[in-house]
Amino acid sequence: MSRPRAPRSPFVAPAWIALASLVGLVSALVGDGVFDVLSWLVFAALIGLTAWAWLRRDRGR
Amino acid sequence: MQRSTLKAWFLVHKWTSLVCTLFLLLLCLTGLPLVFWEEISHLTGADPEVAPAAAGARPANIDALVAKALAQYPGDVPLFFGWDDHSPSVYVNTGARPDTPPPEMHTAVLHQYSGELLPAAQFNEGVMYFVYRLHTDLFLGLPGMLFLGAMALLFATAIVSGLVLYGPFMRKLPFGTLRTGRSRRLAWLDLHNVLGVVTLGWALVVGITGAINTLAGPLESAWQSEQLGEFAARYQDRPRPQRLASLDAAVATARAAEPGMTPAFVSFPGTGYSGDHHYGVFMHGNTPLTERLYRPVLIDAQTGELTAQPQLPGYMSLLLLSQPLHFGDYGSMPLKILWALLDLLTIAVLVSGLTLWFKRGSTEARLREIERAGVDENGRAEGRA
Repeated sequence: MSRPRAPRSPFVAPAWIALASLVGLVSALVGDGVFDVLSWLVFAALIGLTAWAWLRRDRGR
Repeated sequence: MQRSTLKAWFLVHKWTSLVCTLFLLLLCLTGLPLVFWEEISHLTGADPEVAPAAAGARPANIDALVAKALAQYPGDVPLFFGWDDHSPSVYVNTGARPDTPPPEMHTAVLHQYSGELLPAAQFNEGVMYFVYRLHTDLFLGLPGMLFLGAMALLFATAIVSGLVLYGPFMRKLPFGTLRTGRSRRLAWLDLHNVLGVVTLGWALVVGITGAINTLAGPLESAWQSEQLGEFAARYQDRPRPQRLASLDAAVATARAAEPGMTPAFVSFPGTGYSGDHHYGVFMHGNTPLTERLYRPVLIDAQTGELTAQPQLPGYMSLLLLSQPLHFGDYGSMPLKILWALLDLLTIAVLVSGLTLWFKRGSTEARLREIERAGVDENGRAEGRA
């Protein structure tokens, strides 16, 4: 018998997104090369998240 | 969350957003070209390509470069001398008097090695300068800057209150829910929520650092009166020197005093950056972080002797570090492009917020919408179009 899962807080995703943004912002500031790449990946992921939400939008009537 | 608390947050979000949205739209629109200011200047010829230094060439004497710049603007006095970290060029700002404000300054750009005058445009003319002033102070000086700073703080409050409302609205919905096939209002609301959360951290940092940047003038004044005032007090009864010591030698002294750093710019006496009796040679490091954190070296402008190497106070370091975090110019071209895309997403958040306000109903109806998480008992959207 599976245990019922506790509902996930709606703030979990925003918290991860805010944390990732902070990493991206600081990363390019502390160094070049790999630090820049990390920053690009983080912000590209945020743009990708928007595209993902748009692609799986519910168009049902 | 209790209904009265929810209502309070809703009203905070509504009014902070409404008051700042039009100004934020202006800031986002003008900020977009400013991210690419350097590239646009190159493309339009306002910032010409500079030939590399000849092999084995030595930098020209700085005093000779300043004299050449002054010859372009008879009657002017030198204000600032600066190095371009990305090309072998230097600039000299001049003006009618030592405290000439930036909009009235003249600029000469020279090749650092050949001493040749380069055909660069004035920094305080042209379309990009117009956009810059619109973005920073609405052409109103300090009052305009402080006003936009207040708008940036309202924006930050709107983001935080929006996040608080996002919680109860999304508690029954998976992250990224976008329902475009039901009511138009619901589609805009979902879009507003998704884009708002995606841009959350970035927009908060850009908004807060923007507000900090609007305090640049007062913070610099505080630094000058607090720290530089201490050194200036030693020269209290002396008139400002008429004959200045060699700047070339002063820069060499500053280099020797801070061997791990390179000079970024020099302020002449009377400009407000180094008191009335000193050259302020502002040294910086060569990493993305340390190149923002200046170390001033004060050189007596009459004798050329080293006076002091004061540490920048914490609030000045905070100001200098907030500048790249606001402009996004510290992670090469890919970061600039991503910065511009996030700026566009923020514009979409603002437009969707305005659209929701135009399609508004009563506060009670909106509170019910949040409490029911935008779905009815059957999982369908409330308020079909």
